[in-house]
Amino acid sequence: MKVLVTVKRVIDPYVKVRVKSDGSGVETANVKMAMNPFCEIAIEQAVRMKEAGVVTEIVAVSIGAPQCQETLRTAMAMGADRGILVETGTTDMQPLAVAKLVKAIIDKEQPRLVIMGKQAIDDDANQTGQMVSALLGWPQSAFTSAITVNGDTADVTREIDGGLEKLTIKLPAVITTDLRLNEPRYVTLPNIMKAKKKPLETLKPETLGVDVTPRLKTLKVEEPPKRSAGVKVADVKELVAKLRNEARVI
Amino acid sequence: MSTYNAPLKDMQFAIAEFAGLDGITALPGCSEVNADLVEAVLTEAGKFAQGVLDPLNRSGDKQGAQWRDGVVTAPAGFKEAYAQFAEAGWNSLGGSVDHGGQGLPHSIALPLQEMWNSANMAFCLCPMLTTGVQEALVHHGSADLVKTYMPKLVSGEWTGTMNLTEPQAGSDLSAVRTRAVPEGDHYRIQGTKIFITWGEHDMTGNIVHLVLARLPDAPEGVKGISMFVVPKFMLNADGSPGARNDIRCVSIEHKLGIHGSPTCVLAYGDKGGATGYLVGEANRGLEYMFTMMNHARLGVGMEGVAIAERAYQHALEYAKTRVQGRAIGQRSGDRVTIIHHPDVRRMLLTMRAQTEAMRALGYYAAGTLDRAKRHADAQQRAGHQSRLDLLTPVVKGWCTELAVEIASLGVQVHGGMGFIEETGAAQYLRDARITTIYEGTTGIQANDLIGRKVGAEKGATALALIAEMRALDAPLLAAGETFTAMRASFTQAVDGLEAATLWLVDHYRQEPEAAAAVAVPYLKLFGTVAGGWLMARAALIARERLNETDADRAFLEGKLATTRFYLEHLLPQAGALAQTVTRGAASTLALDVAAF
Repeated sequence: MKVLVTVKRVIDPYVKVRVKSDGSGVETANVKMAMNPFCEIAIEQAVRMKEAGVVTEIVAVSIGAPQCQETLRTAMAMGADRGILVETGTTDMQPLAVAKLVKAIIDKEQPRLVIMGKQAIDDDANQTGQMVSALLGWPQSAFTSAITVNGDTADVTREIDGGLEKLTIKLPAVITTDLRLNEPRYVTLPNIMKAKKKPLETLKPETLGVDVTPRLKTLKVEEPPKRSAGVKVADVKELVAKLRNEARVI
Repeated sequence: MSTYNAPLKDMQFAIAEFAGLDGITALPGCSEVNADLVEAVLTEAGKFAQGVLDPLNRSGDKQGAQWRDGVVTAPAGFKEAYAQFAEAGWNSLGGSVDHGGQGLPHSIALPLQEMWNSANMAFCLCPMLTTGVQEALVHHGSADLVKTYMPKLVSGEWTGTMNLTEPQAGSDLSAVRTRAVPEGDHYRIQGTKIFITWGEHDMTGNIVHLVLARLPDAPEGVKGISMFVVPKFMLNADGSPGARNDIRCVSIEHKLGIHGSPTCVLAYGDKGGATGYLVGEANRGLEYMFTMMNHARLGVGMEGVAIAERAYQHALEYAKTRVQGRAIGQRSGDRVTIIHHPDVRRMLLTMRAQTEAMRALGYYAAGTLDRAKRHADAQQRAGHQSRLDLLTPVVKGWCTELAVEIASLGVQVHGGMGFIEETGAAQYLRDARITTIYEGTTGIQANDLIGRKVGAEKGATALALIAEMRALDAPLLAAGETFTAMRASFTQAVDGLEAATLWLVDHYRQEPEAAAAVAVPYLKLFGTVAGGWLMARAALIARERLNETDADRAFLEGKLATTRFYLEHLLPQAGALAQTVTRGAASTLALDVAAF
């Protein structure tokens, strides 16, 4: 079974994000970048399924700047067999455009399963997986914390409000990963060396026939307001009054 | 408690500029080594150091290695972490491709050693010694020994140790008494070895000891010492560990630092003699030991860089969060974090600038080592080898002496909390303290520097390096007004180093005692000026790069600031050290031994 996994290049989760001085976005120039942690979980899942003999080939896909090659190399060092980079001119890639590109590659590659991170830690949109599923007309399992493939179906566990939901979905399908699906491995040195030699194909949105023009306009990006100091209240009466009149929570 | 974050940008900068990455790529067998590979390897190693090794540093220090009835148990978590380390292939990084290694150059291996040591120095002494054993075997061992032991040592399935020291034979190895008696194809080893790092542990299925011992007919002194491989477990016909060899761990030491690393007393031959195999030729053991000792000395120098970096990161986090007092000159208003106080900034910058200078010199030496080993041209190899020989005692001595000072400053930044173990700053000071001692004390390094390296060749290699340093004067002058003070300081420092070198060349033969009396100040002077040379180069590079459109301004401006601080604030120490060298010998020897 062939699996397609998407990987996004984002600001390293350990880096403190700074807003650009002109409010147009966050600063990414010369900032340490890394693979989106949910995408790492997606790759790890595919590699484990390959190690278990369920999967025969893992194709990693990334969309964005030429530097996304590094993210694909990391995916290949973790165990993906080859990489496809869709090099876009713009860095403002929005979920629908990404979903259309992913669909175009899926049409080409014909995988039986698509595993994606449930969201990326930069924009936190949590939309692309669902959109890919809708565009393809395939079943989806978002926020997945367990996957077992049984022939033409997969048993999945989803993390939902108030508990876990167990479903059986037909393949081909789109699965998005939640935090508890697995713990990604550390990349090994021999695999870093091997990853350099694995095939990496570069495509353009035009050749895939997808228009990636942004549909949403960012008005302004600013830091969240700083938390101000608290106040001491004299008694319960004053506390209740403040909660009711100032905070308006009761 | 801070978390270790590998300083990837400064490491990549130092590899590119000072190890000289382009030149490394051009070396035979290094065509795959480029900036992309360096970045990938450093990034993944950094994750491993941060995620696996760093969390065990404090717990390993608190718990320490345990000894019970001859069995040594590593601190909790070490065994699992070691298995992960070996499995991830980090142990095989520099190992030769023929034996399953990745064959990567020292220009990558040494920066990685820095990372492992920053994260957990006690842990990574074990793989470091294993590397040393590999080197001895590959250069001097018989084909049979190589075939039997190398693959397991490269993969990390087994670890290695160095057995030199005995109670009466420390810095002076001519006093080694351990005996080796021939018996068929092997030898019976009998004697006691002390200070054996990771000499016994429960992390792997076997341990390969390299032991210095004397044959019955050996000449007296250093020319009668041979080297033997003595495995903890004898090997079965299929190469798997079998019966226990006649080696016993009698005890482990209670130490000031590196508590996670067991320092063992090993008794060989209590039951008639441990089985050992001769490495290379008889009576050449010390010579063999020195081929790898020089690499080990660079490695210990990197331990200094590593601990300094870690102590800096720890102090920085505290200085950014601890609120105490108002900014100088303010009588009212909010209290500030202590990093706002000029003296705290001075301490932090001292730590950072010196660490960067040490890293620059350490990686420069790593690049020189790669060229000395791999360059296609024999004359080039020889030239790089003599420069490496000159720099090795400097990297070892200077980086470790500074590491102790830097770790001490790290404690100072924390104020009273720094003196409290829970804060974590004290561990770096305790761990750093061994680095100026093992693999040859600073005094031994300095004697090596003034004797074998400077005195013996009338300063030729040193003076050639000094001439190269002077070539930086023109670009510093051309860099304009902001570089005027830096240039003046640099010129004075190089003048001082030259004067001190010429003084040593003049006095080394006639007055060896006087030369030895100022050997350590000379070593410190050498390190301070060589570090200043590379920092000045870094400043010029940063200045030029800032004109590029996609320049990493934060990093380059930071580099301009640390290099300027080094040149204007720290490098002037060179003048004082040079005076100590040229005028200070007589006063050191003035007080007679009996008068102490």
